[in-house]
Amino acid sequence: MEREKNTIDLRLFASLAVHMPPDANRFPISAGTTVAQIVDGMHIPRPQARLVFINGVRKELETSLKGGERVAIFPPLGGG
Amino acid sequence: MIDKSAERISGPDGADLRVVSTSRTQAISGQTGASCRDVEIAALENGVVPSRYLRNQSTYDCSDQIRFLRSRVAIVGLGGLGGAVAEILARAGVGALTLVDGDRFEEHNLNRQLFCTQDNLGSTKASAAETRVAAINSAVETRVVPTFLSAENAFQVIAGHDVVVDCLDNIPSRFVAEDAARQAGIPLVSAAIGGLTGQVTVIYPQDGGLEWIYGPRDSARQAQGAEHLLGCPPQTVVLVAAMQCGEVLSILCHRTSQLLRNKLWIVDLSDHTVEVLALAG
Repeated sequence: MEREKNTIDLRLFASLAVHMPPDANRFPISAGTTVAQIVDGMHIPRPQARLVFINGVRKELETSLKGGERVAIFPPLGGG
Repeated sequence: MIDKSAERISGPDGADLRVVSTSRTQAISGQTGASCRDVEIAALENGVVPSRYLRNQSTYDCSDQIRFLRSRVAIVGLGGLGGAVAEILARAGVGALTLVDGDRFEEHNLNRQLFCTQDNLGSTKASAAETRVAAINSAVETRVVPTFLSAENAFQVIAGHDVVVDCLDNIPSRFVAEDAARQAGIPLVSAAIGGLTGQVTVIYPQDGGLEWIYGPRDSARQAQGAEHLLGCPPQTVVLVAAMQCGEVLSILCHRTSQLLRNKLWIVDLSDHTVEVLALAG
């Protein structure tokens, strides 16, 4: 159970989808890890991780995670 | 005159419904000098439904339809999103559309821009939109602005409308549209796509707006969207434009309790994801 808690459900959208790890829906983290650390660890340039939503609510890149969250990261979209 | 022109049919609930054809409203317009738009409004005020709106009636009744016909909407950008938005709003019967784009059609627009055809490559997007809207609905009055939106012209172009629809294709121009809409005190319905992902939001002048999506405007000015890598396929563009029109029509007929204000609607066609996310963190 403890181990379950320290995973997140990670979704990377659009151009970031290529960075999706195979275990994205149970992505392991240590409690206190920030979204920025996850982004850096995947070598995603920070301006490309433009929008971060944790459990459906917009948050800063520096937000730290406990485990169990749903994390969605979007690049900027401008096309039409 | 409208009463004489009306025909009785059986409505969706079985009750009698009076309708009037487009050829009759055009004839009345020709005889009286009133615009087709005004003839349709007069008909609706008398409970006579222009036949062209019959299949909208269960969703938008006569008073909603009158609101649409009396509304003025500016569509900024007439490419993939803007073309589809102009097509839908013309069919919905939004009475006045201002069509803004300084661009001309090129071959790489053919994949998604509904008004771009093999025969009109090289023509201006604004004039093609005007031609299409006129062919769809003679009650819709159009104003063509065949120039790109800029900080210098934006307020003048946008002021006086009920809604501005941001159908632009780059991030810095979207801030120009937002600034002008704020200054003019009118809501902006903004959408963007990149590949199979798209987004829609509604911004009233007092809302957080595009900075919540793209970050501080100084850094956003250099921001390159994911579309540079992923392109703009047609199904994403048309789907997102349809969602944008839903928001525009809700604003126009005062159904404002469920708008995407301070929210971002996201669609991802790669795995059928649809989400509404909260921007006010």
